[in-house]
Amino acid sequence: MRELSTKQKILRFMANNTVPLLFVVIIAFGVPLSGYSPTYLAGEVISRISRNTFLIVSLLIPILAGMGLNFGMTLGAMAGQIGLIFTTDWGIVGIPGILLAMIVSTPLSILLGWWCGKILNMAKGREMVTSYIIGFFMNGIYQLVVLYGMGPLIKIISPNLLLPRGYGIRNTVNLIGIRKSLDNFLMIRIGGVPIPVGTFLVIALLSVFILWFKKTKLGQDMRAVGQDMEVARAAGIRVEYTRIMSIIISTVLAGYGMIIYLHNIGTLNTYNSHMQIGMFSVAALLVGGATVASAKIRNVFLGVVLFHLMFIVSPMAGKRLIGQAQLGEYFRVFVSYGVITTSLVLYEVRKKRERGMSGLALAQDQEVTS
Amino acid sequence: MNNELGAPLLEMQHISKDYFGNEVLSDINFSLRRGEILGLVGENGAGKSTLMKILFGMDEIHQTGGYGGSIFIEGDEVRFTSPIDALASGIGMVHQEFSLLPDSTATENILLNREPLKHTLASELFGERLNTLNRESMEKIAQGAIDKLGVPLDGKMLVSEMPVGHKQFTEIARELSKEATTEMEEGLRLLVLDEPTAVLSEQEAESLLKAMRTLSSEGIAIIFISHRLQEIIDVCDTIMVMRDGRIIKTVPSEGVNVTDIAHWMVGREVNAAKRNTRTFNYEDSKVVLSIRNLWVDMPGETVRNVNLDVHDGEILGIGGMAGQGKLGIPNGVMGLFPAGGQIVFQGEELPLNQPRSLLNAGVAFVSEDRRGVGLLLDESLEWNITFTAMQIQDKFLKRYLNGLVSWRDQKAIEEETMKYVKQLEIRCVSTRQNARELSGGNQQKVCLAKAFAVTPKLLFVSEPTRGIDIGAKSLVLDALRRYNQESGTTIVMISSELEELRSVCDRIAIVNDGKVFGILPATSDSAKFGLMMVGQEVQEV
Repeated sequence: MRELSTKQKILRFMANNTVPLLFVVIIAFGVPLSGYSPTYLAGEVISRISRNTFLIVSLLIPILAGMGLNFGMTLGAMAGQIGLIFTTDWGIVGIPGILLAMIVSTPLSILLGWWCGKILNMAKGREMVTSYIIGFFMNGIYQLVVLYGMGPLIKIISPNLLLPRGYGIRNTVNLIGIRKSLDNFLMIRIGGVPIPVGTFLVIALLSVFILWFKKTKLGQDMRAVGQDMEVARAAGIRVEYTRIMSIIISTVLAGYGMIIYLHNIGTLNTYNSHMQIGMFSVAALLVGGATVASAKIRNVFLGVVLFHLMFIVSPMAGKRLIGQAQLGEYFRVFVSYGVITTSLVLYEVRKKRERGMSGLALAQDQEVTS
Repeated sequence: MNNELGAPLLEMQHISKDYFGNEVLSDINFSLRRGEILGLVGENGAGKSTLMKILFGMDEIHQTGGYGGSIFIEGDEVRFTSPIDALASGIGMVHQEFSLLPDSTATENILLNREPLKHTLASELFGERLNTLNRESMEKIAQGAIDKLGVPLDGKMLVSEMPVGHKQFTEIARELSKEATTEMEEGLRLLVLDEPTAVLSEQEAESLLKAMRTLSSEGIAIIFISHRLQEIIDVCDTIMVMRDGRIIKTVPSEGVNVTDIAHWMVGREVNAAKRNTRTFNYEDSKVVLSIRNLWVDMPGETVRNVNLDVHDGEILGIGGMAGQGKLGIPNGVMGLFPAGGQIVFQGEELPLNQPRSLLNAGVAFVSEDRRGVGLLLDESLEWNITFTAMQIQDKFLKRYLNGLVSWRDQKAIEEETMKYVKQLEIRCVSTRQNARELSGGNQQKVCLAKAFAVTPKLLFVSEPTRGIDIGAKSLVLDALRRYNQESGTTIVMISSELEELRSVCDRIAIVNDGKVFGILPATSDSAKFGLMMVGQEVQEV
């Protein structure tokens, strides 16, 4: 292999990190335009990190197993929300409430993840679009259960949760009982910026778990399956089972992530909260420099910071620029879809370029010999 | 070795195999001592792979009715029902195609799914897949296997960054490492290497041969399948030549030369196939297609620096062993795989990587991938036969409004299809039948008809008789020969079957290692072609 010159190295670095670099540029312009103080920005970013990281980390394991971006994490989000509805109804508050919601969500997540994994095994090579649509389909069932099932079939005691007609859960559920309870546990302030050490500890624990998991036999099997299913199968690895396991783990983590996310926000938007969470998490991960085929913990953190920093500054920057704050919300959706599209296209372009390289090598060989 | 006088390590007696009445192996007998290296040679389709599949108890063999005869390992009869059984008795195999994970290291690949584990608490709760990998011990075992092989292979190197030779070593090291990580009784006893040197450079091949000798001196027997005859002579103790499912010769390698082996491999003394008797006049014919410095990046059929001239009106054959690049030539010229170089057709240079430009110029291609590239399987015969002509040449269309609107001319389509159905004896219920429902042979005829319908000036036909029965075979070959004579179309035919090429073509080019190794008139001695196929210069025999 030839050594690359510095210029080539820089170009390659830029080509491989197009999306994160683009965001750095946007933010470099947006931050001064918005006029926010550094303390305010730091506080906001830290709050977003504590709110979103867990959710994004749940995407890592299916990528490891070669199943791409798991849009099916929406399923886990629904399970998490159902857990929250129950614990709110039972009136369990604070950290025990969070823990109980997690416990309730786990069997649901496992069931949904297993089912989703089964389906994805039937649609190998089209996992992403399939999981995306499964999310929509499951949303229908979720609505059926929550809107009609809860009340008559599944006992909900608290009238505050039920719609005035007597069955079905209200559009918004107030999570006042558990709101910020984990964040406020071990809260410290550094230079006026509140840091929710409790939540960060949980996230650190999860990160360590992911790193450890990659070292386990199951993690190694997932890597093998992700690289080449047929080679893995020939070596005796149970490919289908391994893939299902990766989706189950992802769904369970997404459920926990959703509970942490909602506990930070403080209200549950019963019929909407879960719908866009998959897309925003995927976009944040991609902004952090991950691709369909490889994602690391550092991509998660970089992604959360860059993606949300842009959200924080864009409304104000928009207002200063053209006098409209809606720009922020518009940007949020527009940019998310844009980032996902760009990343998917870039991934294919890169693959194609690498394939083209082997042809070029042949041509070069030929010149040398002739 | 304590069993010099005892039973041989492996003995095969009266092995036979047929696929639904089609006999591919008959009465195979041979035995192998510990540490012996047996060279197995034969043309494609001679039965080498089938024999190895029987030895390993592959599913394919059971699903097609098992095999006849018996296999003994150290005197005990065995009948493996799966490759795992074979492995347990100490038989390992390295395949032609690599079975490696690209983004993992050599060590990880060597120990794939046999990694030594460290116990963790989580495994008590969730099963042993949550034990962590024991990297240190992995490296030790992998290094042990690499050392045993005696090659400079870095265990930490990623497979995707390795030269081809190291990939091969990784595969062999994987087989060797199995004794340390599975419950094998006494380690690897027999290793089968299926064309391990085909993709290696000379130097790499040399170190592989050295490694083979090392293994042999440790008492591991090796069955070495290769087309590189010199290597076989260099490294093997015994050479076994197969042809048409039989063992033709089993000789000690001493004193044998390459020409002898080539003779045994291809030498059919009696030949029933009709010979092409015409003598093509090369002096008076122009060069219609000239290929210069062509490279083609077709996986498994790489073409390097090919120069070839095709004369107007001839039938040129391109032969060679599988994987040497003969299929890459038409696929590259036609733009189906990335290619570079220069092609001049009828004095005009044509751009590469654009199928359309070649089709427009009057070059047609009957692909070897009949069902993938050749046919629209769920469309009717009519459509299949006329589609290309309609697209490229605006044939079978009725024009209205000065050509603004063109409609399909159903009547013309039907007539054309009927013509070819009769001419090529395509067996079908009607011309509206879907291509998928036809047999392989008839599908091939449809592919030919589709190419004929564009009335090409030059026709590439790739593996026209692959997977079709004998009756259909001779019909297809006759059709090609007749088409060439009647319309003067130049034909370039690519085939793995030398005899088939010799029966149809005027000249035959043999491709070896991605290059045209040589071109001879079809009437030349078949042993000469045999030698060229294995990359040997033709000496006067």
